[in-house]
Amino acid sequence: MNKYKPFRFYKISFLIDQKSLITITSLTLISIVLMIISLGIGQMQISPIEVVKALFNSSGDMENLVVQSFRMPRILLAVLAGAALALSGAILQGIIRNPLASPDIIGITGGAALTTVIFLAVFSDRSNSLTLSIHWLPLASFIGAIALGFIVYFLAWKNGGITPIRLVLIGVGIAMAVQAVTTMIMILGPIYTASRANIWLTGSLNGTNWNEIISITPWIVGMVFILFIYARRLNIQELGQDLSVNAGGFVQKDRFMLLLLSSALAGGAVAFAGGIGFVGLMAPHIARRLVGSAFGSLLPASALIGGIIVLIADLIARTAFMPLEVPAGVFTSAIGAPYFIYLLYRSRNQ
Amino acid sequence: MDAITTNTLTLGYGEEDIIKELDLHIPKGEITVFIGSNGCGKSTLLKSLARLLKPKEGSIVLNGQDIAHTSTKKVAKDLAILPQSPVAPDGLTVLQLVKQGRYPYQNWFKQWTEEDEEAVNYAIRVTGTEDLIDRKVDSLSGGQRQRAWIAMTLAQDTDTILLDEPTTYLDMTHQIEILDLLHDLNEQENRTIIMVLHDLNLACRYADHIVAIHDKKVFQQGDPDTIITPQLIQSVFGLQCQVTCDPICGSPLCIPYSKGRHMKGVNKDEPTVNKQPI
Repeated sequence: MNKYKPFRFYKISFLIDQKSLITITSLTLISIVLMIISLGIGQMQISPIEVVKALFNSSGDMENLVVQSFRMPRILLAVLAGAALALSGAILQGIIRNPLASPDIIGITGGAALTTVIFLAVFSDRSNSLTLSIHWLPLASFIGAIALGFIVYFLAWKNGGITPIRLVLIGVGIAMAVQAVTTMIMILGPIYTASRANIWLTGSLNGTNWNEIISITPWIVGMVFILFIYARRLNIQELGQDLSVNAGGFVQKDRFMLLLLSSALAGGAVAFAGGIGFVGLMAPHIARRLVGSAFGSLLPASALIGGIIVLIADLIARTAFMPLEVPAGVFTSAIGAPYFIYLLYRSRNQ
Repeated sequence: MDAITTNTLTLGYGEEDIIKELDLHIPKGEITVFIGSNGCGKSTLLKSLARLLKPKEGSIVLNGQDIAHTSTKKVAKDLAILPQSPVAPDGLTVLQLVKQGRYPYQNWFKQWTEEDEEAVNYAIRVTGTEDLIDRKVDSLSGGQRQRAWIAMTLAQDTDTILLDEPTTYLDMTHQIEILDLLHDLNEQENRTIIMVLHDLNLACRYADHIVAIHDKKVFQQGDPDTIITPQLIQSVFGLQCQVTCDPICGSPLCIPYSKGRHMKGVNKDEPTVNKQPI
């Protein structure tokens, strides 16, 4: 049995799961290769070797410009948003102890959608142009995601704590209500709002620039850092209320922090990339199949798989019907919805 | 010396009281078994002793310290509870589960010290789960699964261990296997074991101390040889029975009156349920 290897250095000690380490390394390599391939595909085809060359020089020729300025930020955003959504889903599945939980289902993404539509409706004038810079849009959707996370949390609160089942039921209910309001605002609002919001709601990475990457990266990296400190607590959370208390965990405090982290991650992703659906559901689920359910391995594996899913979805979205672009969210939902039904079907038999 | 004492402990959910003003003393280094009819509050009491349920009133003292005023991590190093039929997350392996028992001893930098490794290896060895460590918990049979959970509880390395019906859903062989394991832990390592058991005869075999709970209070407590009588069973469970001597262990053996195919010494045509024999 050489699957696990202890690592001890001075006062630091870990148990490393070698098989998971190999899986995670492979996923990282796959992500990098996919990114390079994806950088080369588009209206202007560039071979992978040329892509690597174009990445590391600054000659200013056409290839250099396309790779560095147009495709690179978009691809980075795909990977970051996918990873954030996947982590958000992994956290929720841990707290709720149900593989069907995800930020879309308990309404976090819906909250972001609502504030985005409100933003577009409030700040458009009669000539259908925005009175406020579009750069404020991510902030609006982010606030929506966090606010919704809080609303769900407080409504689920009863007798000094929240229980997973209340969290899900309230989340699903609120998600529906929020969706109704979103649709209403889209119908009542100006046409411009409706079409603009519709693209955003489906999730599109079109027109990503470096500024967005610069804004989103510290946010997601910061959250991921905090999350890795919490990985241990998530393991305990997943054993359920009684056993977490037994092991000396602070169940309610951790639940609150984890829900906040989950909302913040989903909010960050949705703010910049729009409502890319089902990634938060699928990625952690696939990761669980690959590396098991210890969060030390599950979190990085989920993040990588989430990144890969959105990367591929966006690649298809921008190349399949060239020169026409389709939102990437269409493709994640096209695989995600049947996957969700498959999960439901499987859990029905248990 | 007491492992756990309760002072005027009142427990309940919402308005309703389940346990009322209970003063209980649980001896250290012995096996204590709670008995009582379904819904009498014995599981609730066990939960509250492990701080899983806040008392409405009164206090619980563990090794001389009020658990409400002791840090939860400190309590986790002194007392472990295994709830009734716990559910492991999808895909968790036995080793990963047993490792979780070390949580109170760890922090972010110290996740696998030599003590952790020793405690986990010990727990796996005594529960005989060596061959199962890479198996997924949800793929195990009932007996194996229960041993894995007990291994997790043992990895927590506590002097006091609480178990809520550790033999539920197990066949006779595995019931005995689990109870023998708990007996050895008590005998060889002097650990205090407190559990809820449904099977009265097994309770009488293994317990040093029996606490019979009835009507929100302790009806009677003490050595099974002295307290288990037909009168106690009648009052606590509302069941008529004879108490004889277990031919193997010499402990009290309760044999209930009932209907059945082979009635000896009674007339089959007469209703015999809960009726003293001729």
